[in-house]
This record gives sequence, structure tokens and C-alpha cells, in this order.
Amino acid sequence: MAFLTDRKRATGLGSAKTGTGHFWSMKVSAVALLILIPLFVFTFGAALGGSYEDITVYYARPWPAIIAVLTLIVGFKHFNDGAQTLIEDYVHGTAQKITIILVTCLSYGAAAIGVFAIAKLAL
Amino acid sequence: MVQLTLPKNSRMTRGKTWPKPTGASNIKEFHIYRWNPDDGKNPALDTYFVDLDSCGPMMLDALIKIKNEIDPTLTFRRSCREGICGSCAMNIDGINTLACTYGVAEVSGVVKIYPLPHMPVVKDLIPDLTHFYAQHASIQPWLETQTPQPRKEWKQSTEDREKLDGLYECIMCACCSTSCPSYWWNGDRYLGPASLLHAYRWIIDSRDEATGERLDELEDPFKLYRCHTIMNCAKTCPKGLNPAAAIAKIKKLMVERTV
Repeated sequence: MAFLTDRKRATGLGSAKTGTGHFWSMKVSAVALLILIPLFVFTFGAALGGSYEDITVYYARPWPAIIAVLTLIVGFKHFNDGAQTLIEDYVHGTAQKITIILVTCLSYGAAAIGVFAIAKLAL
Repeated sequence: MVQLTLPKNSRMTRGKTWPKPTGASNIKEFHIYRWNPDDGKNPALDTYFVDLDSCGPMMLDALIKIKNEIDPTLTFRRSCREGICGSCAMNIDGINTLACTYGVAEVSGVVKIYPLPHMPVVKDLIPDLTHFYAQHASIQPWLETQTPQPRKEWKQSTEDREKLDGLYECIMCACCSTSCPSYWWNGDRYLGPASLLHAYRWIIDSRDEATGERLDELEDPFKLYRCHTIMNCAKTCPKGLNPAAAIAKIKKLMVERTV
């Protein structure tokens, strides 16, 4: 029970003066993925079904390796930003903060594993 | 966490079925949400039968006929009966709309009428719009200026005035905000389509001198950025407005002053 005026409730803690950076970052990564995903499908598709030796030779070339690394990094950054928005929508309170931390760890962890795998193939 | 099921005391029950009018040939069946805060019971869906031959063409006509001739306890807001006051906003046949401008003939079969979704109910078809109005007030929906008041008037060109078309017509009926899933889940912090449309109406007003401050106040992950362009607001607006477009333009201005 709290005797708050309607205006006090509506104003809450006021404006966070942030959010545009996150919004713009999602737009930029979305446009980047629009270019990267077809390139990744094209390059990955060309290597699909090859032997281990074929794949290591293929990913030792700069073009497929760079595309794969960029797709992984930008893709997981985009996933992280999107998942944060989703969590903010549906999860509230302390659970929200914990879930955002977990998803951020998952996103950057998955991106790091992917980049390491590509590096191992390429180098 | 989002609540996906209704709390126990909000679950619908079957209500009373009122008798059919005698000697009528053109009968329409209405299922109407009823809830009385004083009787301690769960909400119920009452069934009414209306003789359309002796009833006006609009949903509001049917509701008034029910209240006058069948059940005087049925409670709803209404005033202008011509789509300008926004009082009779309710959920008819799954659509948030104004009962006064929605024709009975537009619904085939049984007409189901509920209060605007996801708002606290005062009684029957009356939602509590206190927070909705407070949010509207919080965006300061009036002209803010620094320049001393001119002797005659604040001038505005025809072109600048045209920018307000599609914005000034909003009657604050709350159909859009209560149709928005983001407003359902985060209505305590998200301003919702109606307030944001009004915010944009003052941001874009050539006479207003508080554009920066208005944008500052809106720049917030919850106040503004909960809009995910779902477009329910534009689909349901009984005045044919597009709050989603206004919100997108606010976001565009935010980016413009940042990047």
C-alpha cells in the first residue's frame, strides 16, 4: 500500500536518457546481417559435405574465414541485444537482471567458441 | 514475470440469460461481460436478446436498449454517440472500438462485448483509465515556449499545420494502448501508443520550443522503446490514426540527434 498520486506513478523514476544506442545498434547489426547471412550461407554451403582436410584448406582462405567470424560476432551481438529486449518485455525485477547477465554470457561465450573454432580451422 | 493466466477471482463464469423479447422476428444475441465490485463474485458473461427492428443501428444503441428495457444494472460509459468523446470504447467482437460508431450489422452471429483489455475494471464495461490519463499528462500535452508571447498569435504555416493532421484527431479513447501487448506487459512504465502519439504531436508542432526536452523525457528503454511495431494500435484505432508511425518518427528523431 502506498499513497502515491497518479502522476507520481506515471512518472516513475523518470527518463533513463538512454535506449537510442541500443535501438541504433540493433538496426546496424540487422543491416550487417542482411549482407553477412547470404554470404555465410553461400560460403558455408560451398564447403558443406567436404572432408576434414577439405574444410581446413577451405577455411584457411581469408574470405570464407572472415565471413564466418563476422557472421558469428555480429550474429551473437544481434542475438544478445534482441534477447535483452525480449527479457525486458517479459521478465521483471531481480530475475530480469539475472537473466540478462546469463544471456549476455551465453551470447559472448557462444561467439568466442565459434571464433576459436574457425581460428583453429584456419590457422 | 508476465502473468499468462487470469487470477482466480478474474476467471469468467456463465452469467444470467435474459428472456427473449416476445413477438420479435429479428433478434440478435449479445454476450456481455458483467462484474460488480460489491457482490464479491467472479466476472460473468450475461446473455441478452435484442429486437433489432426496434433498435438503432449501432452497438451503443443496442447497449442503451438493453439498459433501458432489459437490465438497468448494465454499466457502461457513453456520451457523444458520434465518435468524438471516446467514452464508449470497449472490446466488441474481439476489436477495441467505439460502440457508437460500430454497427451491429458488422458482426455476424453472437456479439461479444468486453471492457477494454488488460485494464483494471471499475464495473461491467468500465475500465479504470486513471494511469492512462496520468501518462498522457506526463508528456505535457500543451504548447511550451521560451519566446515572449507574441501580441496576436503564434504563427504557423499551412505546411507546418498539415504535419499535425493524423495526430490532433486522437480522442484518447484508449483503444490503441489497450490493444498493445507491450502496454499489457509493461503498461506501468511504457507510455503506450496514445500518449506517444500525443507526444509526437507536440514534438512536431512548429510553434513548440521544448522539442529537445520532450525528446529527453521520452528517451528511455521503457517509456518509448517498448514499442516493437506490432501495429495493433493502427489496426484498431476507431479514428483511423496510426500511432505506430508517430512512434517510429520519434525514434527516427532520436537517432537523428544521436548519430
